[in-house]
Amino acid sequence: MSPSARGRLGRLVAWLPLRDPLALAGLAIYLGFVLVALLADQLALRDPAEIFYDADYRLLADLPPGPDFLLGTTSLGRDVWSQLVHGAQSALLVGVTAAVMVVGIGTLVGLLAGYCGGLVDTLLMRLTDIAFGIPFLPFVIVVSAFLEPNLWNVVLAMALVLWRDTARIIRAQVLSLRARAFVEAARATGSSHRRILFVHIAPNVLPLSVLYGSIAVGWAILTEASISFLGFGDSGTISWGYMLQDAYASQALSRGIWHWFLPPGIAIVLVVAAGFFIGRGYEERLFPRLKG
Amino acid sequence: MVLGRHARGLRLAAGKAGQLLFVAWAIASLLFLIFRLMPGNPLAAFIDPSFTAEQRVSLSRQFGLDRPLFEQYLLYLWNLAQFELGQSFFYRQPVADLVLGVFPNTLLLTLTALLLAYGVGLAGGALVAWRRGGWAEKLILPLVLILRAAPEFWLGMILLAIFSFSLGWLPAGGTAVAGATSVGFFERVLSIEFLRHLCLPAMTLALYLVGLPLLLMRSTMLEVLDEDFVTLARMQGFREWTVVVHHAARNALLPVVTAFALGIGYSIGGNVVIETVFSWPGLGRLLVRAVQSHDYPLAQGAFLLIALVMVTMNLVADLLYRWLDPRVAHVA
Repeated sequence: MSPSARGRLGRLVAWLPLRDPLALAGLAIYLGFVLVALLADQLALRDPAEIFYDADYRLLADLPPGPDFLLGTTSLGRDVWSQLVHGAQSALLVGVTAAVMVVGIGTLVGLLAGYCGGLVDTLLMRLTDIAFGIPFLPFVIVVSAFLEPNLWNVVLAMALVLWRDTARIIRAQVLSLRARAFVEAARATGSSHRRILFVHIAPNVLPLSVLYGSIAVGWAILTEASISFLGFGDSGTISWGYMLQDAYASQALSRGIWHWFLPPGIAIVLVVAAGFFIGRGYEERLFPRLKG
Repeated sequence: MVLGRHARGLRLAAGKAGQLLFVAWAIASLLFLIFRLMPGNPLAAFIDPSFTAEQRVSLSRQFGLDRPLFEQYLLYLWNLAQFELGQSFFYRQPVADLVLGVFPNTLLLTLTALLLAYGVGLAGGALVAWRRGGWAEKLILPLVLILRAAPEFWLGMILLAIFSFSLGWLPAGGTAVAGATSVGFFERVLSIEFLRHLCLPAMTLALYLVGLPLLLMRSTMLEVLDEDFVTLARMQGFREWTVVVHHAARNALLPVVTAFALGIGYSIGGNVVIETVFSWPGLGRLLVRAVQSHDYPLAQGAFLLIALVMVTMNLVADLLYRWLDPRVAHVA
């Protein structure tokens, strides 16, 4: 690994954007989000799918927030708070798996296209053009409806399109790195292509991948919410999008049941905005360097 | 050989048009594959069990459903080229008529929202850049990021709950009151009733979209404000307002114009959820309904039209960028 690459990789870890207040807030939200998702079973207090009745077997529907049901109940007598907490679990799952796939595919395509050039570059970039021509949400709808509607198919459909941005950016970065002195030096001393690509070049584009990853987490959570809201989501999973769809379909809006449809939306905003804040924090540190 | 500027421009446009055709072909082929990979009878994609025998025979022949897959594919492309998209199961009408019928609604919604978002975004971005580090920047930047992080349909739900259900100011969905008689297109679209229905969905979409032009305008303005010609204008004694609007903002517009063109394509694809929340009879809602009711030809047709708009706007954005910025044209 070249000294500059090791230095930059080290900075990536050591340089969590701690001085930027927004990015710091983002990191704090992420931390809380992950904790809630991991401790969901303890925090939920109740089974999110269970339907509750009172002592006279009357449905406990549309209860306002109170000590028993922290955020009240749904029109079918389910506990909103427990659903909210369990929603964090599926959001984390979707966000992280989708981001890893998107960034993985995008980085690999960008590295290969930028480094190999020629026919490989042309083919991969035409593939990227096609991905840019695919309307994202309609594609996810069609794919997840025709395959079995479950969480993994939604993630797969997202990954099949969203890698396009990462690929283009990484390719451009590799093109400029390929001509740098330390890569020339590695080539002159007889390093193999694989070594140059993965040991010398890849660590230098990694910060960009992380940047795009932190944004992809948000996109994935938003998209899953939209898909669930439209009714094409995994019917066996409780997600924030499913909660909002449930509230919308049960006329929570016209009945003014704010404590039902506000919390899931706020949760989505917090987590997605946290990704953006962290992304911006990184961006402001990375880009002056990348321009040089 | 040295080509004139016009000849070079034409050749570039032709090359880009070729690229558009290639991408459109690839997406159409991908869609063909997805629809053929569907579990069950391959005929199911085009023929509903409830069609009459006559309809079946005629559709089978038109789409060559009794022939080998490759021939079907060629026929599919041939039909597409003529905008022949088959028959909707649900509406029992040609898909082409249905998608083109609702397209103006989607276009109106998208353009209204984009114009609103770009108007507010450009002014806001210029202001934030000009008053760099001020309270406006500290307040507006997080707010804009939060708006971008909110699911569009949730923003719509909140606006609905406030303006429609709590205050009763605006209608909750659709484009017209029930029982309204249809008149000419422009008369309908310019009626107070239609505009009242347009308010909430357009506002929701605009709120979601405002972040991009604002952030873009801010960052390009920051760059432009540092450039020599702006300093020169200041030194020449122009008023600050004149410098900001006439010298800096004009030159900062380039990436924004491109983003606007791209925005048309992306929003038409993303409108799916907003149209569903507000029961707006547009292309996205048609797609959702078609997929829900397994109306495959309609789903395919709606998807293809959305994709076509997107690919075209990608091309327009690309050409606009090159046309507006001579530096890019010379490098390419």
